Amino acid sequence: MSASLLYALAGVALCGIGLFGFITLAHLLRKLLAFNLIGSGVFLVLVGLAQRHGEPDPVPQALVLTGIVVAIAATALAVVLIRRYFHLSGHTTLRAETPERVPGRLKPQTRGDNPE
Amino acid sequence: MRRSVGIRAVAGVCLAFVIALGLAVLGIAETPAHVDLPELLLESMGQSGVEHPVTAVLLNFRSYDTLLEIGVLVIAGIAGISVSRTTSLEDPELRTSDSLLYALQRWFVPLMLVLAGYLLWAGADRPGGAFQAGAVLAATGVMMRLGGIPMDFLRPGILLRLGLALGFAVFLLIALASAIGGEAFLAYPPAVAKQLIILIETVLTLSIAMVLLALFVSAPVNRAAEPGEGESP
Amino acid sequence: MTEWLLDGLLVFALLVTAVATLWSRDLFRAVVIFIAFGLLMALAWVRLRAPDLALAEAAIGAGLTGVLLLDAVRHLKSGRSGRSGPRPEPEAEESKGGVSG
Repeated sequence: MSASLLYALAGVALCGIGLFGFITLAHLLRKLLAFNLIGSGVFLVLVGLAQRHGEPDPVPQALVLTGIVVAIAATALAVVLIRRYFHLSGHTTLRAETPERVPGRLKPQTRGDNPE
Repeated sequence: MRRSVGIRAVAGVCLAFVIALGLAVLGIAETPAHVDLPELLLESMGQSGVEHPVTAVLLNFRSYDTLLEIGVLVIAGIAGISVSRTTSLEDPELRTSDSLLYALQRWFVPLMLVLAGYLLWAGADRPGGAFQAGAVLAATGVMMRLGGIPMDFLRPGILLRLGLALGFAVFLLIALASAIGGEAFLAYPPAVAKQLIILIETVLTLSIAMVLLALFVSAPVNRAAEPGEGESP
Repeated sequence: MTEWLLDGLLVFALLVTAVATLWSRDLFRAVVIFIAFGLLMALAWVRLRAPDLALAEAAIGAGLTGVLLLDAVRHLKSGRSGRSGPRPEPEAEESKGGVSG
């Protein structure tokens, strides 16, 4: 078990932590952070697994470099969307639909909701 | 009660996922690879036009991935600027009241521009290249924005669109040119490979920086009172 | 032996900061720990002999993402947004309030 494989396994753990956070956390910005953690975990797996014998391998490094830039662009777009959603609805979480949905009513019933 | 059972179920699923993925990773680690990519790469480096293997992979051997990636960035940039509305770039609120930032800007901005240029140039034979240079360039723009310097090219207009589209357009043009010339799509003629790569990297740097900067500038205040571009007030 | 120690500590720090950023009480603190996570990732790329990735991660993951998210946190915390309310206070005061929060 080389050091690079250790990083690959750390990437697997990051994916798991990120996935758990993505599903269970309610605040949209925290979901975004969790999503970024999943991405970082995937990158570690890609590079760590390919380089498990210790030789630097340029191909997965190039792919992950592309991935890092695309991830920041997607994160920036997500932030724009979250802020727009917050501006339009005043919420920072996605509310689950209530069972009885009055037709024609845009927002479901909300309990007292604070922005954090 | 129901909520805690739900969370425990999710935790169990995630744990199972982690274990399965970990076992898969360890299993893959046992099997030897069929093709030794780094060796293949070293053999073909001579034809690529650059000395640094990562740059060669990004801009030559797997340039199709990079082309699609810059396409994705442009789409994200378009989506970002279409959703939001920017405040006036001369908004006095943007002028920083932090005198330290104001003073440091004069030193940092030229330094960072030089650093971005160096990173772009160094990508040929050492770590560097379009992505890193584009990121530093975008960071320079963000710092200028935070310092309250109005940047005219970020207004919705021809300069913004030109900057966003330039990288993808030039890259696509070069890719098609070789296809029209009779060779494969994206095959650079080995004689001019280095010059083509330098050209593509330069416009890529500009476009990446522009996309990231546009997404940052679009992020701030969304005041519904201001009309978006093209809408009637 | 020392290399194993370094790698082990780095992996441990990565996992701890990942957990801390998701489950810290304050959103501002979560973003700050996320920036630290980005820097640790840059170190991990160095250990994995990928200097290009380390450069990109340091500039993007720690720098740009951090600024973007800090700005978003400030905006989301300012209460009801957008609808014509009082102008927000000047930047210096806001950021001071944020740091002590």
